[in-house]
Amino acid sequence: MVTELRYWQAVNRALAEEMERDPRVVLVGEDVGTPGGAFGATRGLRERFGPDRVRDTPISELGIVGLGVGAALAGLRPVVEVMFNDFLTLALDQLANQAAKLRFMTGGRARVPLVVRTLVGAGKGTGPQHGQSLEAWLGHVPGLLVAMPATPADAYHLLRAAIRCDDPVVVLESLRQWNLRGQIADEEPLEVGRAAVRRPGADLTLVSVGGALPRAERACELAAGEGIDVELIDLRWLWPLDWACVESSLRKTGRLVVVHDAVGFLGPGAELAARAAERVALAAPVVRVAPPRTPVPFAPSLEERYFPGAERIVAACRKVMGRSDG
Amino acid sequence: MSDHAPRPRLARDLYVTQLRIRRFEETVARLFAQGRLPGFVHLSIGQEAVAAGACAALRDDDVITSTHRGHGHCIAKGGHLGRMMAELFGGRDGYCAGLGGSMHIADLERGILGANGIVGAGIPIATGAAYAFQAQGTGRVALAFFGDGAVNEGAFHEGLNLAALWHLPVVYVCEDNGYAELTATDLHTAGPGVAARAAAYGMHAEEVDGTDALAVHDAVARAVECCRAKEGPALVVAHAPRWHGHFEGDPQRYRPMGELEEARRRDPVGRLGHRLLAEGWADESWLTSVTAEVEAEIAAAVAFAERSLPLELEAMLHLAGAEASW
Repeated sequence: MVTELRYWQAVNRALAEEMERDPRVVLVGEDVGTPGGAFGATRGLRERFGPDRVRDTPISELGIVGLGVGAALAGLRPVVEVMFNDFLTLALDQLANQAAKLRFMTGGRARVPLVVRTLVGAGKGTGPQHGQSLEAWLGHVPGLLVAMPATPADAYHLLRAAIRCDDPVVVLESLRQWNLRGQIADEEPLEVGRAAVRRPGADLTLVSVGGALPRAERACELAAGEGIDVELIDLRWLWPLDWACVESSLRKTGRLVVVHDAVGFLGPGAELAARAAERVALAAPVVRVAPPRTPVPFAPSLEERYFPGAERIVAACRKVMGRSDG
Repeated sequence: MSDHAPRPRLARDLYVTQLRIRRFEETVARLFAQGRLPGFVHLSIGQEAVAAGACAALRDDDVITSTHRGHGHCIAKGGHLGRMMAELFGGRDGYCAGLGGSMHIADLERGILGANGIVGAGIPIATGAAYAFQAQGTGRVALAFFGDGAVNEGAFHEGLNLAALWHLPVVYVCEDNGYAELTATDLHTAGPGVAARAAAYGMHAEEVDGTDALAVHDAVARAVECCRAKEGPALVVAHAPRWHGHFEGDPQRYRPMGELEEARRRDPVGRLGHRLLAEGWADESWLTSVTAEVEAEIAAAVAFAERSLPLELEAMLHLAGAEASW
């Protein structure tokens, strides 16, 4: 069956279905219960599943992520909501030192089936402390899985896969995409760490990370108008990284452009570019399209130029194709 | 022994547990001084009564979280001495396959959710386990050990607030040994003391002499009873001086003259031994025979650890699910 839902409704549906399927799944977080989530993602769930399974918490990010770690060790499958990924900084010990390392530190005996849902506020006028994209920080910690759904269908499928995963997953949801509508098919397989080819193409490989996808799609259309046939990959998971998908595309195109909303320096594109350089004989140097190494600006005119737009992505495509106007 | 009444039997059990911790850690101190143990070790000699008394008040299916000074807690909760010692040697037969070390010993089957290298980190984790027990309706209790140094971490306040708010079945046991690492209490903690902080959360609290294992047991048993009666959480502050430094090799120049001598006069093991004799709960020959038994256990643990080889790097990568070449 195919349903059309908005991104946030897809999150809500995934949570409801997983809670229905597995009584061990619980939701914990600021505003998730009675208010139904700061942006509505948990609407109706407290009424449906009761206050034991959907708990409003104090503003205690470290406390609630730690609560999730302990609850996971004791047999639940907690989904902890931290409103913006910027606020994960308050919970980093529990995320990076506890959740991520317990499996390893116990010689594989302990598993932490914890999901942390959090928002990337980039592109919504959220400014320096609500607009960051910190996926590279998370991806740098061995033991954490990092999902970045860019479409309503992925908001649904990736979250369900994350909840069923026995290891800790941070799901970085996109506020920019929050009201986007999309088709959701029930029968898609639940896979962890699988990228998606959104558009086949022959000339170059464009890898989009998280919320940059609609701008990347627009760039593909513009590039096609200029005779450049772009293969667009939506990475979907920063870790596990579906390098096989990227590499097989690169073996066809020999050219790589990466776009993301995280700061360019040491961002996801740096890893992809390095791998491409190490493992594939490229026809042209890699081009990254990413914000400069500054905090996210608030003023709309600055924010507009700070995050990569379709025009900048097209310019990168021209450059990697060796066109003089790139 | 002829006297099988509950109190004498408890006292004898506590004595054996304390002695096991004492001999284990004395052996660790010797091995470390000989350069046979890598990394850091933090010893709890002088504080054995807290671990022994508190864990004796728990059921087998209750859980604990421990600290960087956690050997005593793990032993008192039933940890296997050989696997603990093997972990300290870095051997593959250690609790963490040699991947964690002294500060990460965990045994989920015995309810040891883990020692911890991060001060205060076990507090939210135990709180989360207690949330799981409440949601599961199992009547189980979680107990968090932490030192007086942890009470100025956000984790302490976030954890206690959550637990009090939700009436979680968790006992917080603060081992006040007078020092946060190398810094004395009066330099790091404001206010009238740790126990007074519980009042701010409307939580039951009790202070106890942490060198008296029976007194610790009784105080923690009352706290556990509160939790099982759904009247948790509760805080127990046990005062017990540390004999050794923050870590082995710490020359303790910061400790005032006479303090260590005074601490040794409050020896929790010797004290309970005297009490056993004075009450007629045990005789000299029993003390001699349990000492011999414990020493044999420790010797066997060391022999087990000495035979345990470290993991190969390839096995470690396999266990971590990592690519050798990343």
